[in-house]
Amino acid sequence: MWDSSMTGLIAQGTLETLYMTLASTLLAYLIGLPMGVLLVTSDSEGIVPMKVVNQVLNIVVNITRSIPFLILLIAVIPLTRMITGTTIGSTATIVPLVIAAAPFIARLVESSIKEVDYGIIEASLSMGASPIQVVTKVMIPEAKPSLIIGAAIATTTILGYSAMAGIVGGGGLGDIAIRFGYYRYETGMMVITVVLLVLIVQLFQEVGMKIAQKQDRRK
Amino acid sequence: MDGINLSINQGDIYGIIGMSGAGKSTLVRCINLLEKPTSGSVFIDGQDISKITEKELRTVRYSVGMIFQQFNLLMQRTAEKNILFPLEIAGVDKETAKKRAAELLELVGLPDKAKAYPAQLSGGQKQRIAIARALANNPKILLCDEATSALDPSTTNSILKLLKEINHKLGITIVIITHEMSVVEQICSHVAIIDKSQIAEDGEVEDIFRNPKTDIAKKMIFSEGDQGSVVMGKNTYRVVFDEKSSSDSVMAKMVLETKCLVNILHADMKNIDGFAFGQMVIQLPEDELSAARAINYLRSHQITVEEVSAHVG
Repeated sequence: MWDSSMTGLIAQGTLETLYMTLASTLLAYLIGLPMGVLLVTSDSEGIVPMKVVNQVLNIVVNITRSIPFLILLIAVIPLTRMITGTTIGSTATIVPLVIAAAPFIARLVESSIKEVDYGIIEASLSMGASPIQVVTKVMIPEAKPSLIIGAAIATTTILGYSAMAGIVGGGGLGDIAIRFGYYRYETGMMVITVVLLVLIVQLFQEVGMKIAQKQDRRK
Repeated sequence: MDGINLSINQGDIYGIIGMSGAGKSTLVRCINLLEKPTSGSVFIDGQDISKITEKELRTVRYSVGMIFQQFNLLMQRTAEKNILFPLEIAGVDKETAKKRAAELLELVGLPDKAKAYPAQLSGGQKQRIAIARALANNPKILLCDEATSALDPSTTNSILKLLKEINHKLGITIVIITHEMSVVEQICSHVAIIDKSQIAEDGEVEDIFRNPKTDIAKKMIFSEGDQGSVVMGKNTYRVVFDEKSSSDSVMAKMVLETKCLVNILHADMKNIDGFAFGQMVIQLPEDELSAARAINYLRSHQITVEEVSAHVG
């Protein structure tokens, strides 16, 4: 059963997984990072309190986060088709991945930024910093190590979700594990894909932690 | 806070002192409107800053520096970049800003720490960097919120010296919030004593020390050090010496001349703004005649004597 075509399949699956994961993480951060920042700044204790915005944002984040990914995956199929023109393959999977990951990332960003000592924010306000300057020059740079750790967590979580997309033909290693390992009882194939997934998660986590440590000037 | 009416003149070092929870931190934050008072106005250089837009307020804040008990430096930036921060905010061009940062590092005595991160600095060094940062935009006013409360006594002294130097050299008005009378003694020209969200007493430091009118002022002056629990019995008097009398052994002479035996409960000499200033709490004998003699002797030597009946401490 083992031949070079299998090797090619796994190599392609690995690339697809990496592509889905990284592209989704990137896009999800484009949405999640501003959302997370807004969650902090619009809070009643934040630098620009906006009660309604904060409440709406909180509700949206909580609802999206409570829908199981598998359900979301299927529920957004019409949207996926609208955006990508298809519903199978790794590019199509990016759509539900981004929708699921963005609110999760928003919460990670929120908690990282809340770690920044309010005294530092107050000091920057006392120097005449505008809210935008406080966000870009104080909150984000000061929370950088924590944000990087958050990014490692987000990436590995998205990787896990991407494997689930195999159920609907989403491509990547998860897809291979389900098609060969689950439907065809090819245990060897399943083990290989799972081991690869574990290794990729380890890699992302380790690299993320290392960068965060290097960036941390607090000790 | 209620009915606070405070005017601070340019070039003053103005102390605002009170017990914790008295409202002094809130008061200092009203000066740059980090706290917005529900009613009332704040004037800086004749401009009512409580009536201007957020944007205008930010410009006003460039000229009001502030330092804090916890230093509040940006931990992810080096000392130099911390000093550059307010200049970036004010939109000063990079070259001018770098020059200014170097000048300021020199002023606060840490030119070799430009590349150090705050975590690598001691408390005193952090506060020096914070002072340099607060001075970056050439402020007219420097607000200090318990700036020395997290520092040990000798570091506190050196920071206070630096603040005084800045006041003399640059003519910056300094407002100091503190709960320590020793800070006021050392550098302030004026003081306001805050109690229960109100100003209990204010004026020149020397006057307040010489003649505190309110209980809280007496308490703050007496409780300095660990004499907080001096027990005041009957016939207890507070005697205040000024520069002339403190160098003259008046007490000893009084005892010799009036034959009145005094019991010294508390004695203290302070150096306020270059003037020696002493106070003593004494108990005079029950015998009214000799007590009166003693008081008259002291008063005839231009020494302030007042009866302190209650237990102050």
